[in-house]
Amino acid sequence: MSTGEKFLQLLIVIGLFLAVMAVVLVLTSRVRSRVGEILQTTAFLLPAVLLLALGLLYPAIRTVIESFRDRTSSEWVGLANYEAIFTDDALLQVLRNTAIWVLVTPVLATVIGLVYAVLVDRARFERFAKALMFMPMAISLVGASLIWRFVYSYRETDAAQIGVLNQLLKSLGFETYRFISTEPWNTLFLVVVMIWVQAGFAMTILSAAIKAVPDDIVEAARLDGVSGWRMFRYITVPSIRPSLIVVLTTITIATLKVFDIVRTMTGGNFGTSVLAYEFYAQGFRAFNNGLGAALAVLLFVLVIPIVIYNVRQMRKVEAR
Amino acid sequence: MSAASPVVPSDTTGLAPSAPPEPSAAAEAKRRLSSPWASLAAIVIAILWTVPTAGLLITSFRPVGDINSSGWWKFFLDPNVTLDNYRAVFTGDDVGLSTYLVNSIVITLPAVLIPIALATMAAYAFAWMKFPGRNALFVAVFALQIVPIQVTMIPLLSLYVDPPFGLPQLAGANAPGGGFYTIWLSHAMFALPLAIFLLHNFMREIPGELVESARVDGAGHVQIFTRIMLPLMVPAIAAFGIFQFLWVWNDLLVALVFGGGSLNISPMTVRLAELSGTRDQAWHLLSAGAFVSLIIPLIVFLALQRYFVRGLLAGSVKG
Repeated sequence: MSTGEKFLQLLIVIGLFLAVMAVVLVLTSRVRSRVGEILQTTAFLLPAVLLLALGLLYPAIRTVIESFRDRTSSEWVGLANYEAIFTDDALLQVLRNTAIWVLVTPVLATVIGLVYAVLVDRARFERFAKALMFMPMAISLVGASLIWRFVYSYRETDAAQIGVLNQLLKSLGFETYRFISTEPWNTLFLVVVMIWVQAGFAMTILSAAIKAVPDDIVEAARLDGVSGWRMFRYITVPSIRPSLIVVLTTITIATLKVFDIVRTMTGGNFGTSVLAYEFYAQGFRAFNNGLGAALAVLLFVLVIPIVIYNVRQMRKVEAR
Repeated sequence: MSAASPVVPSDTTGLAPSAPPEPSAAAEAKRRLSSPWASLAAIVIAILWTVPTAGLLITSFRPVGDINSSGWWKFFLDPNVTLDNYRAVFTGDDVGLSTYLVNSIVITLPAVLIPIALATMAAYAFAWMKFPGRNALFVAVFALQIVPIQVTMIPLLSLYVDPPFGLPQLAGANAPGGGFYTIWLSHAMFALPLAIFLLHNFMREIPGELVESARVDGAGHVQIFTRIMLPLMVPAIAAFGIFQFLWVWNDLLVALVFGGGSLNISPMTVRLAELSGTRDQAWHLLSAGAFVSLIIPLIVFLALQRYFVRGLLAGSVKG
């Protein structure tokens, strides 16, 4: 397709959509009766509900069913796909890696975001300082991965270095290091990218929470002689606890689904694959529907309790 | 909250010496920041968060020879600036980034507009229309937020490739719209639960008397929706719109799975990821390509930061 044709398609779909919506709204608004009310409700609700049923509900149920069938979804295999996930060596490593991601990323991103939020709070360059950490949130994970692949670039120790980290190692007199391909530590170097991206989110939410701590509490504590670290530990942190939990759980969910970073940095090689990447690799590269579906269901099962907890905490934050 | 009664331990051997009481919180912050260690820590973190991006940005403006023979920090000793890398990613044969820039735009606009329009209407129905089973249906929509998009992808793709009831095939060589429909539809579906939920919350905050008095005056739902609700909803729509824009523009997974693997309709993220695999040392192309793809979300983000933060605080983070 040429560029012109693509833009034509763009105009067609938007035009078509708006036209259909306008016609439906105008037509249903004409009818002024009990029937009209029903028609209007249907017009407002049906498109969204239909899309949700077709695009989320039905496929989710199908995936659960397919996770009990073989790679072409033609025969029942019972729990064989799940058994593979928990016995196959490569897949066990995927689970271990996922555990590392989920244990390390939320905690470090939150701690760094919190410390930074406290440090720059009410400083002269607060807005600018926050924008610096926040910026990675706006860019794609593919872009972030490229940025960090460059930081990790490897050259022989004797050669001129182009990666800033290996230059640092060389300047300190160490051998240069293959950050991305040396197992087992490479997973941690990929985790760094996610922390780099998510800390800005933590910082923004927590900074708003810190500013919402009532002044009289801070004042009363100070009159009692509390300051510095103890102010942070006994006043700030307990006051923003609900926000802290929301941040931790939200980052945990995002981390469980991390895909772009692994694919761009290593393509799942060098023992770095994680659950969401393995789902893609099995379902759409190896065309193993059954195993792909089982991995997706596992992801689902892991996400459910965290989301429920997250939503509850979010309500608490809102209720304040 | 537990903070309502400040718990102060009785021992005074804490890390910080107790300062004399100061009148304002701002003064306290100032005092704390004047601590050299705190300032140093803030600066170190700021540098760690900026240097990686700066390195790649500087690299994108350096000549190929320089990039491969010296680190980007050498730029400050021997500044050579060129736009050749940007020219190469746009006009060179091996990248052709302009095609993917167009694809990103063509994918993003409908994938933002359509779900927002549908979600605003559905949110209105849930907030102000009376129909049987309203609460149960809303809870169901709300609950769908927990479905990770991965769970839907395998069956969804087979629906597109092999649709029931003789519906037209949306994926494949003869797909209408060159295959964009699968990507547009998928993004729209995945956005709806969160969009409906957020917009509904916002819409409930609009006073009910406004709607009631309009109804008494003989206005129908359509008039109330278009004349009263939409203007009031602009900030909320903007907040969600930015999120949906960033999500679609930066997406890799949906484009990979539903783009049919054909680069013809792939967005920039897919092209960059591809390039990162096949030309993994071509940093003059990778750096320039990365910044072309970053610049648009960054501009949107900086211009609409206010809405973005508001959206974040309202919980528009895709689960």
